[in-house]
Amino acid sequence: MSGVVPKIRLSGVCKAFGDKVVLDGIDLDVPARTSLVVIGGSGSGKSVLLKCILGLIEPDAGKIEIDGRDVLRMPREEQTRARAGIGMLFQNGALFDSLPVWENVAFGLLAQGKIARREARERAGEFLEQVGLAASVGDLSPAELSGGMQKRVALARAIAARPDILFFDEPTTGLDPIMGAVIDGLVVDCVKRLGSTAVAITHDMASARRIGDQAAMIHKGKIVWSGPAGRLMDSGNAMVDQFTHGRREGPIQMELRR
Amino acid sequence: MTSILDSVAAIGRAVIGACRTTGALAVFAATGLSHIFRPPFYGRMFAAALLEIGYFSLPVVALTAIFTGMVLALQSYTGFARFSAEGAVANVVVLSVTRELGPVLAALMVSGRVGAAMAAEIGTMRVTDQIDALSTLSTDPMKYLVAPRLLAGIVAMPLLVVVADILGVLGGFIVSTLKLGFNPGNYLTKTLDFVQTMDVVSGLVKAAVFGFVIALMGCYQGYNSRGGAQGVGAATTSAVVAASILILAFDYVLTEMFFAR
Repeated sequence: MSGVVPKIRLSGVCKAFGDKVVLDGIDLDVPARTSLVVIGGSGSGKSVLLKCILGLIEPDAGKIEIDGRDVLRMPREEQTRARAGIGMLFQNGALFDSLPVWENVAFGLLAQGKIARREARERAGEFLEQVGLAASVGDLSPAELSGGMQKRVALARAIAARPDILFFDEPTTGLDPIMGAVIDGLVVDCVKRLGSTAVAITHDMASARRIGDQAAMIHKGKIVWSGPAGRLMDSGNAMVDQFTHGRREGPIQMELRR
Repeated sequence: MTSILDSVAAIGRAVIGACRTTGALAVFAATGLSHIFRPPFYGRMFAAALLEIGYFSLPVVALTAIFTGMVLALQSYTGFARFSAEGAVANVVVLSVTRELGPVLAALMVSGRVGAAMAAEIGTMRVTDQIDALSTLSTDPMKYLVAPRLLAGIVAMPLLVVVADILGVLGGFIVSTLKLGFNPGNYLTKTLDFVQTMDVVSGLVKAAVFGFVIALMGCYQGYNSRGGAQGVGAATTSAVVAASILILAFDYVLTEMFFAR
């Protein structure tokens, strides 16, 4: 570990659900203004890792530091404040279907009580335009949008409070390749524009290379490789190579019953 | 010997599970209630819940009350005729409706309509990550989703029961005067002379407790639902069943508190 304090540092983070160990001593540093992509198979613990950092799941052991401060040992109100600087794009968008699109986008701003509803409506239009949607989309309900539009609205919501840290959970899942590339482009633009630190988890190798500066692979609750995202396809690590090339044979054995 | 131990272990697991659920429900209720009194307050969410529980339940509660009053008058008349006490119909109707049938039947109907809807809505939010999304947007889901519904349940149910009381008595009045030949003036005088403030107040207190129970079970089951559409379905069923049983149990406890000598 270098002398520079990373934006996010995880040390020995463990989490089990009953007998099933999901995170088994995760150590991971994410330097400020870096985009880290975490890859790994289904059920390898990627989403749990993000939820632990977000405070949605409490780890059983270990330390999670944001800007050098251990969030797990902060008083609850301070934890909430520390995590208020994190924006999250959920896998399925997680838009509030009882609210119109504009209120979804401006939800964080309204929740913090910083702006009035009329101003929030205008700001939501600006954020929608930043993700390539017309401001008029704000009047629709989330159910009226296509999957790609929902993802873009969710991205607008995630960036609306200008977070220091952005998390992306499978940003391109369920989208066609072109829309996936559009979303990746928007993600990169937003991260650059805000100067944020980003962590994305994905199965999509094209997306991983587009979004990430750095990459790490998680397998059976441990980080088994980390390095530059550009080296994902020729990492020299047998597990990463098997995963990124989608080979059946290799050190990762799928638990299939025949 | 092994089978006996297995049976004891199964009973033990069930008891521990019941204790755990009761404890979790008590903590959930206390947390939800505490958020009613601590800012920020979500007035829009409260107004929406009030409209859903109160206004949109009016037709079903009104129909239930009016038919209950009508049946009650008819049953009382034919039953009491066996010992020549037909004159007590007005007293029986007003007493039964205000103390018991108004609040209990209204609550059971609202439980089926609103408790299920709350569990389904919050359950869907849970399984589609919307509740997690609230947390990431500086919003406490207990404060935003649960507290306004609990308060709306407590406020709306007594208002519904006022309507149910009036319509229940009206149902009895219609049958008694149009079918059973009672004098309208005498019937109303008898009703108003007989009913006491405590009869109505006890019914309204019951209604507030039932409203809380309905909202609590809807929110609790939805909030803790797991496993996609099937989990949401199970949460919806559990919310209605648990609320209905708790309504009947609390009805006995409150009746004991108000009227036992």
